[in-house]
Amino acid sequence: MAQAGRRYSHARAFPDAFMALGHHIFRSFGTPMRIETGRRSVTALSTAAVALVLGISEAWAAAGQPSPWETGMQEMVTELGQNVSDFHTYLTWLMAAICLFVLALLLVIVARFNESKNPVPSKTTHNTLLEVAWTIVPVLILVVIAIPSFRLLREQLVPPQADLVVKVTGYSWYWGYEYPADQGGGFKFDSNMVTEDSARKPDQPRLLGADNAMVVPVGKVVRVQVTSADVMHSFTVPSFYFKVDAIPGRLNEVWFKAEKEGVYYGQCSELCGNGHPYMPIEVRVVSEQQYAAWLAEAKQRYASTDDSPAPTKFATAQ
Amino acid sequence: MAHAADAAHADHHDHLPSFWRRWFYSTNHKDIGTLYMIFGFTAGIVGGLLSIGMRLELQEPGLQFFSNPQAFNVFVTGHGLIMVFFMVMPTLIGGFGNWFIPLMIGAPDMAFPRMNNISFWLTVSAFALMLCSLFVEGAPGSLGFGGGWTVYPPLSTVGHPGPALDFGIFALHLAGAASILGAINFITTILNMRAPGMTLHKMPLFAWSMLVTAFLLLLSLPVLAGAITMLLTDRNFGTTFFDPSGGGDPVLYQHLFWFFGHPEVYIMILPAFGIVSHIISTFSKKPIFGYLGMAYAMVAIGVVGFVVWAHHMYTVGLSLQTQAYFVFATMVIAVPTGVKIFSWIATMWGGSIRFTAAMQWAVGFVFLFTVGGVTGVVLANAPVDRYMHDTYYVVAHFHYVLSLGAVFVIFAGMYYWFPKITGYVMPEWIGKLHFWVAFIGSNILFFPMHFLGLSGMPRRYADYPDAFAGWNMVSSIGAYIFFAGLFIFMFGVVYAFIRKEKAAANPWGEGATTLEWTLSSPPPYHQFETLPRVIDTHH
Repeated sequence: MAQAGRRYSHARAFPDAFMALGHHIFRSFGTPMRIETGRRSVTALSTAAVALVLGISEAWAAAGQPSPWETGMQEMVTELGQNVSDFHTYLTWLMAAICLFVLALLLVIVARFNESKNPVPSKTTHNTLLEVAWTIVPVLILVVIAIPSFRLLREQLVPPQADLVVKVTGYSWYWGYEYPADQGGGFKFDSNMVTEDSARKPDQPRLLGADNAMVVPVGKVVRVQVTSADVMHSFTVPSFYFKVDAIPGRLNEVWFKAEKEGVYYGQCSELCGNGHPYMPIEVRVVSEQQYAAWLAEAKQRYASTDDSPAPTKFATAQ
Repeated sequence: MAHAADAAHADHHDHLPSFWRRWFYSTNHKDIGTLYMIFGFTAGIVGGLLSIGMRLELQEPGLQFFSNPQAFNVFVTGHGLIMVFFMVMPTLIGGFGNWFIPLMIGAPDMAFPRMNNISFWLTVSAFALMLCSLFVEGAPGSLGFGGGWTVYPPLSTVGHPGPALDFGIFALHLAGAASILGAINFITTILNMRAPGMTLHKMPLFAWSMLVTAFLLLLSLPVLAGAITMLLTDRNFGTTFFDPSGGGDPVLYQHLFWFFGHPEVYIMILPAFGIVSHIISTFSKKPIFGYLGMAYAMVAIGVVGFVVWAHHMYTVGLSLQTQAYFVFATMVIAVPTGVKIFSWIATMWGGSIRFTAAMQWAVGFVFLFTVGGVTGVVLANAPVDRYMHDTYYVVAHFHYVLSLGAVFVIFAGMYYWFPKITGYVMPEWIGKLHFWVAFIGSNILFFPMHFLGLSGMPRRYADYPDAFAGWNMVSSIGAYIFFAGLFIFMFGVVYAFIRKEKAAANPWGEGATTLEWTLSSPPPYHQFETLPRVIDTHH
C-alpha cells in the first residue's frame, strides 16, 4: 500500500515567524514577485515561493484549522458558517437546558423519593394534564428550532450568482482542482498531502498541508462542483461550514463566500480506504490582485496537465 | 401490573436432557436465551477488544499500533458490525427476549421452539463467517473489509475486490435470516400465546417493546438483504446497480441501507426501553406511569422510524425539499421519546425507591440517553449536520444512545434478572461498583468526542492532526476504565456461582409484579403447563 508502514513523526510545525513576516512585508509593497515557473512537476513547488506569491503568513495559521483542547466549532469565516455556528450555539444552550432539567428532576428523585425518606409510594399512574404538557411543550421547542433551521437550510441550498466556479474531483487519495477557462483558468492540478515534515511550509500542520492549494479570491461567491473519479470522498472546509460528498457519476454543488484572507484546512470526510486520513483540503483565500497573479502563474505551471486526464492512482496504489 | 398465581410447580419433576441435547439441540426458550446471552457477551468482548485497539492507536497522533490506516479501518468496521449484529441484538432480543417474553406473558415456551434453535445457530454461523472475513483478502494486499459497517459502494465494490466482503455479506444474510425468523417467532408468540385475561393493553411493556421491535426487524431486514444482494452481484456478477458507469447510483445503496439502518437503531434501543420500564417500576414500587402512552410512544417511534432514513445522507446532494422533509420528520421522533423519558421520571416521582445495582444502571440510562437524544435533535437539523456529518460528534451521539443507552440497559437487565436466570444472588456492591466505573469511564470516553467533532475531527481516521491529541488522550483513558468495568461484571458472575446463595422467587419485593417473579428462581425447566390467569387490571 502506498502509505503502508509509514510512521509520521510527532514533531509539531513551528512557524518560522521571521521568514513569514518578511514575506508578508514584501507582499505589502504590492509587487508580486515573479517566481520560478520552469519546473512544472507537482513536487517542484517551493515553499518560500508560494508563500511569497500568496503573501500568506502565520498570522492566519490559527484560523482555519483545529486548535488543541478546542470545545466548540472552528472559527467561521463565511456568513453562512457564522449563521451555522450561531444556530448551533443556540441549540446547544437549549439542549443543555433540557439535560439539566432532566438531571435536576433525577436529583430531586434521588434525594426525596428513596426508600428511607419516602417509605410509602404514591399510587399515581395518570395525570392527563401533565401528559398533554410533556407532549405539547417538546412540540413547541421543536417549532422554535425548526423555524431558524429551515431558514438556514434555504440559505445554504439556494445559491446566489457565482463569481467563480471550481470543480473538485476526489481521487484515491488526493484531490484534483479544475479552474474553467471562461473565467481566466483553463487548467487543472492535483493536490497531495505534504508527507515529509521538512517539506511542509511553516504554517502547514501535519496531515493538513497540501502541496498545491485551492486558491480563491476573498469576498467572492465561489461555487464548488464536487465529484469523484473512483470511490466516494467528501469535500469539507470546517471554517466555511460545508461538507459535500464526492460521488462518482454525480456532480454535487456547494457555495461559499470567504470574508477573510487566510489558509483554511479540511480533511476527506467519507471513508475511502487506506489513504483516507491523508488527503487534506487546503484552501488559500487571497486578495483579488494576489488571485490574479496566482491565476496567471498557475496557468503556466499547470499547462502541461491541461486536458490530460488526471491519473487514477487507485488501481495501483495499494 | 396483572398478577397470577402459578408458582406451585417449581419442583424438579422435569428431567433435563443430556448436555449435548440440552445446549446444542435446544428448543427451550430459557436455554436458548442463555445461549444468546453467552454468545452476545463473547461477541461483545471481541468487539470491545477491537475498540480498545482503536483507542490505543488514537491515544496519540501518528501510527503506533497499526501498520497502515486500512488495518485500522478493518477494526472500525469489525467493531461496528459485531457490536450491532452480534452483541446488542443477540443479547437484548435473543437473550432477554427469549428468556422473558414467554415468562412475562404466561406462555410455556415460544411459538416455534425449533425455529428458535435455528435462529440461534444461524447467528453463530453468521458470526463465524464474520470472523473469517477478517482473515481473507479485502482491499488488494491487505486482510479484512475496511469500508465501515455501512458498506457503502464503490469502496465496497471496486475498493475491496478480495473475498473478505463476500464473507461479510453472507454473514449479514445469515444474521438477517436469523433475525427475521426470530421476529416471526416473537410476533406469533406475543399475539397468540398470552395468558388468558392478558389483553394487549395489559401486556408488560417489555413485551410491547419486543412486539414493535419484531415488526421493525420483519419490515427492515429484507431491505438490507436486498441491498447487500445487489452489492454481491455488483461485486461478482457484473451488475451495475450501484455503479454509475452502468447507469447505477451509489446513492441508491445509501437509501436502501438506511431504510434498514435507521429502524435498526430503534431495534437496538426499543427492547432497552421495555427493560428499563420494568426496572424503574419495580424499584420505585409503583406501576409504570402512563402505561398506554408508554406503549404507543414505542409504536409511534417504530412507525416514524421508517420515514426518516435520509437524515443520514444530508451531504449526498439531496434537494432542499427533501432535506426539509427529513429534518421535520426526524424531529418528530423527539416527541414520543420525550414522552418516555418524562414517564420514567414520573414513575419514579413519589416512589419509594430502592437504589439497587439494576436501578442505578436504569437511572444512569435515563440521564445518558437524554444527553444522546438531544444531540440527536441537533444532528437532525441538516444545516448544522452539514458541519458535524462524519465527524466525531456523530460518533459521540450514537455511542451515547447505544453504548451508554443499550449497553447500560443490558447490564441493568443482567443485574435485575440475574437471580431469576441463575437462581443465585449476586451481591449488590458488585453491580454498583461496576455501574460507577462504567458511568465515569464511558463519559470520559465519549463526552470529549463531542469536542473533537465540533473541532472538525473526521470519523474513521487512524491518524489525526496534532491539535486533536488532547481530547483523544482523554477519550482513550476513558475507554480503558470502561473496559475494566467488564472484569467487575465477570467477577460478579463467577463469585455468585461460587457463593451459591439461593435467590428467592421474588427477591425485589412488592414492586416486581410481572409474571416471571411468580415462578421459582431459576424457573422450572417447563413453566406454565397450566396457564396462569391474569386477574387484576389497573394501570
